[in-house]
Amino acid sequence: MQWEVVIGLEIHTQLATQSKIFSGSATTFGAEPNTQASLVDLGMPGVLPVLNQEAVRMAVMFGLAIDAEIGQHSVFARKNYFYPDLPKGYQISQMELPIVGKGYLDIPLEDGTIKRVGVTRAHLEEDAGKSLHEEFNGATGIDLNRAGTPLLEIVSEPDMRSAKEAVAYVKTIHALVRYLGICDGNMAEGSLRCDCNVSVRPKGQVEYGTRCEIKNVNSFRFIEKAINTEVRRQIELIEDGGKVIQQTRLYDPNKDETRAMRSKEEANDYRYFPDPDLLPVVIEDSFLNDVRATLPELPPQKRERFQAQFGLSVYDASVLASSREQADYFEKVVSIAGDAKLAANWVMVELGSLLNKQGLEIDEAPVSAEQLGGMLLRIKDNTISGKIAKTVFEAMASGEGSSDEIIEKRGLKQVTDSGAISAVLDEMLAANAEQVEQYRAADEAKRGKMFGFFVGQAMKASKGKANPQQVNELLKSKLEG
Amino acid sequence: MALERSDVEKIAHLASLGLNDADLPQTTAALNSILGLVDQMQAVNTDGIEPLAHPLEATQRLRADVVTEVNHREAYQSIAPAVENGLYLVPKVID
Amino acid sequence: MHHMTLAEIARGLADKKFSSEELTKTLLARIAELDPKVNSFISITEELALSQAKAADARRANGENGALLGAPIAHKDLFCTQGIRTSCGSKMLDNFKAPYDATVVSKLAAAGAVTLGKTNMDEFAMGSANESSYYGAVKNPWNLDCVPGGSSGGSAAAVAARFLPAATATDTGGSIRQPAAFTNLTGLKPTYGRVSRWGMIAYASSLDQGGTLARTAEDCAILLQGMAGFDAQDSTSVDEPVPDYSASLNTSLKGLRIGVPNEYFSAGLDPRIAELVHNSVKELEKLGAVIKPISLPNNQHAIPAYYVIAPAEASSNLSRFDGVRFGYRCENPKDLNDLYKRSRGEGFGVEVQRRIMVGAYALSAGYYDAYYLKAQKIRRLIKNDFMAAFEEVDVILGPTTPNPAWKIGAKTGDPIAEYLEDLYTITANLAGLPGLSMPAGFVDGLPVGVQLLAPYFQEGRLLNVAHQYQLNTDWHTRTPTGF
Repeated sequence: MQWEVVIGLEIHTQLATQSKIFSGSATTFGAEPNTQASLVDLGMPGVLPVLNQEAVRMAVMFGLAIDAEIGQHSVFARKNYFYPDLPKGYQISQMELPIVGKGYLDIPLEDGTIKRVGVTRAHLEEDAGKSLHEEFNGATGIDLNRAGTPLLEIVSEPDMRSAKEAVAYVKTIHALVRYLGICDGNMAEGSLRCDCNVSVRPKGQVEYGTRCEIKNVNSFRFIEKAINTEVRRQIELIEDGGKVIQQTRLYDPNKDETRAMRSKEEANDYRYFPDPDLLPVVIEDSFLNDVRATLPELPPQKRERFQAQFGLSVYDASVLASSREQADYFEKVVSIAGDAKLAANWVMVELGSLLNKQGLEIDEAPVSAEQLGGMLLRIKDNTISGKIAKTVFEAMASGEGSSDEIIEKRGLKQVTDSGAISAVLDEMLAANAEQVEQYRAADEAKRGKMFGFFVGQAMKASKGKANPQQVNELLKSKLEG
Repeated sequence: MALERSDVEKIAHLASLGLNDADLPQTTAALNSILGLVDQMQAVNTDGIEPLAHPLEATQRLRADVVTEVNHREAYQSIAPAVENGLYLVPKVID
Repeated sequence: MHHMTLAEIARGLADKKFSSEELTKTLLARIAELDPKVNSFISITEELALSQAKAADARRANGENGALLGAPIAHKDLFCTQGIRTSCGSKMLDNFKAPYDATVVSKLAAAGAVTLGKTNMDEFAMGSANESSYYGAVKNPWNLDCVPGGSSGGSAAAVAARFLPAATATDTGGSIRQPAAFTNLTGLKPTYGRVSRWGMIAYASSLDQGGTLARTAEDCAILLQGMAGFDAQDSTSVDEPVPDYSASLNTSLKGLRIGVPNEYFSAGLDPRIAELVHNSVKELEKLGAVIKPISLPNNQHAIPAYYVIAPAEASSNLSRFDGVRFGYRCENPKDLNDLYKRSRGEGFGVEVQRRIMVGAYALSAGYYDAYYLKAQKIRRLIKNDFMAAFEEVDVILGPTTPNPAWKIGAKTGDPIAEYLEDLYTITANLAGLPGLSMPAGFVDGLPVGVQLLAPYFQEGRLLNVAHQYQLNTDWHTRTPTGF
């Protein structure tokens, strides 16, 4: 049987505010346990929440960026359940009236096509604390530093049909929230976490199959693996005559398997109701307009502009626009060097592989945009060849200074004096008299191949510094002569 | 519709309240009499009436995003039943 | 000395007739001697009181003045007091030394008030008799066999017994006004949002409001002045200027329109109380007020709606008491579930557990619309009744309670009988209106209260009416035998 996979995602993004959503505690990652847990975060008797304006602004910004309806009258509700990392016995979240309503995202797929994925809603809520296991002889330790960190939970429609699409969607969200500056996107620190709702159905069937939710998957790679593993499990289960039971599962990357969560075995009755300690959040048009005015250029617009302004291909433009830092870097290089295609090539190929090798992000690049732009200028004015440029680039990466300094210090300046080149060529041709004879005797087809040999010898003799175009021209006339 | 003993057990579980078996009949009776009182609401016509969550119907004020809290862990944990290395301790949690 | 009101104490301190320290010592000695009969205090904060009294005397010596500077008060034991047990009348918080001060506590401390102690109350403010306290029932100074009302029964009994002139209290469904009526006091529940709820341990967040218990309207004005005001830490606090309450006391009542709802005089009201209410109406008419019969057609639906909304909010508010970060924790929990269930089962009393369960049920899947949402709709009907009535009248007047104080134990085990006693007080909480109860006579030697309700933020008008009434009557000056 042919199976179709149906995936919907709930992405929890920690908003990059200074203080928590309902208290004045810091949200810094990695502090000593419970040193960023205030009276409010600890759920002490008598304390009350007051909403952080910045969290609201960031949520609205996200909503505008995905072309969503903004809930201009949204309500916080309590989600009631007992768990040790939930100090009040309820999580302040939004249920019936979220701050962001229906919107959508266009996600670029690997095959170069674009897929539109619906966003059902996005709502503000507070994060829970952390449970630390296996340290206290059978007890669990609770750290409430994270409790109260603002989260924007982004719920997608069940629009994705493969693990790859799901990953592309998460990458698009990841890029977007970083573009907007509302989330640092650090998945290792849990700033962006993903719950995957996965089901399968026979191809052609209209109704959805029973879904399972895989909780808290925290890297692009694990999202793909967890979904594929879960899909396999469900298909095998059904093909063996079994039935998928709706449940919450955890992905174990070591065993590459999912298992049902013990703590979620019983169906929860969260008893949502409007939080009586908070009033309805009303977003005035003026606030909305102010936020709209601060929206940066987003990846789709940027991609289109790169195509139009710089004549880049869809692929190059979308790669360069995929992160704000990369796009900014690229544009800076262009502004210095003035050649967009050359800049795109260097940013994507040479810089890309360097960063990849060293495991760095572009904002940590060892070669600055100014350095790279400066070097590209030297290619353009024929001071160095493309080949020498790679040497210069490596030297810049290892901290030897600007391209001009390196060219000067290492004597990499291209030789363009035709007299000097001519002398080098004469010497080289004399040393290869036999090959010159053969060349002159050969037919046109063979000559083409042999000409490359002489160019190679000439460049070698000039230590790569001779201007390749001049070498070509002079060599041709000498051999013909 | 009266609550049965099993309903009361379910509600107590939802509310994480450990009830004594011996008290269950009395608790069940008390809850049923309260719900009997509460059920008088059903006779009221509320068609077209918007629910009222807050008497004054004001809207939420927003706080500036500023860190105002400092670390008081020692003071706050001095009243906790069980702490170790700055962590609150609970019996082992299984995900 | 113990008979003095806040206003008299302020004059005496200003005239240097006595010091705050002397007064504080006298009252502390009186509490030590007589409170065992009444059980109105859970904690007596002698050390704090003496240091605050000395500090107040020093401030006065420096030329500072102020109606509350050096004035002895007590706090209902649900206002958090830093480093001092804040029990809420519960075993759950018997060991809870609050790590911070409630806004009300810090405001009054800054004004120079002297805290003699923390007063007894129904557990988590759930009750109308002050019988559900972990620290035992409070007795009514007017008859030690009777209840003082609740949930602010400790504050009421302490003021009625002349242990101190005034105390803070809270009112979720009548918890200030009903004990005021039962103990011959003046009690004011302000408009919802007038007094900060920061540090006031929540029972039902959308109904709870802090207020005052004192012997006179004049004293309620003084104490409220120190408590009221906007607080950025409470999202439901209202940013409205606080008027000078004492300044409004002497306005003439000429032409004041007083509405008397027909619905308040139906079956269930003790006819002797009805008569006293009518007497108070006549008295106010003599002072120039105009009486108008009005109707509050949805009044009778308030109790069922309240007993959904309050328990629903409470069931969630009280989830934080889980034995993890503060408060009672059961011995040797065998697992997490056991920790929760036994800590809460052992730490909460019967009535609290009942209301948590009613609330959890009313919010649970499949019942939310029929219970919680329905109750919120009735809540609007009740508010609408008041809004219509206040188009025609300035103040609404009626009985505070349908019956005088009952015998301790008379309603134990019958929650409904106790709930029905809140008939007249609950609507003000559902609508968020200010309400005041003032002494209006006696039935069988037990005090009877008359309730006044006013539009939002018209606390001054309530205090004005009560003060003018008190200038012309002497019910509020009567003292219980033995105190």
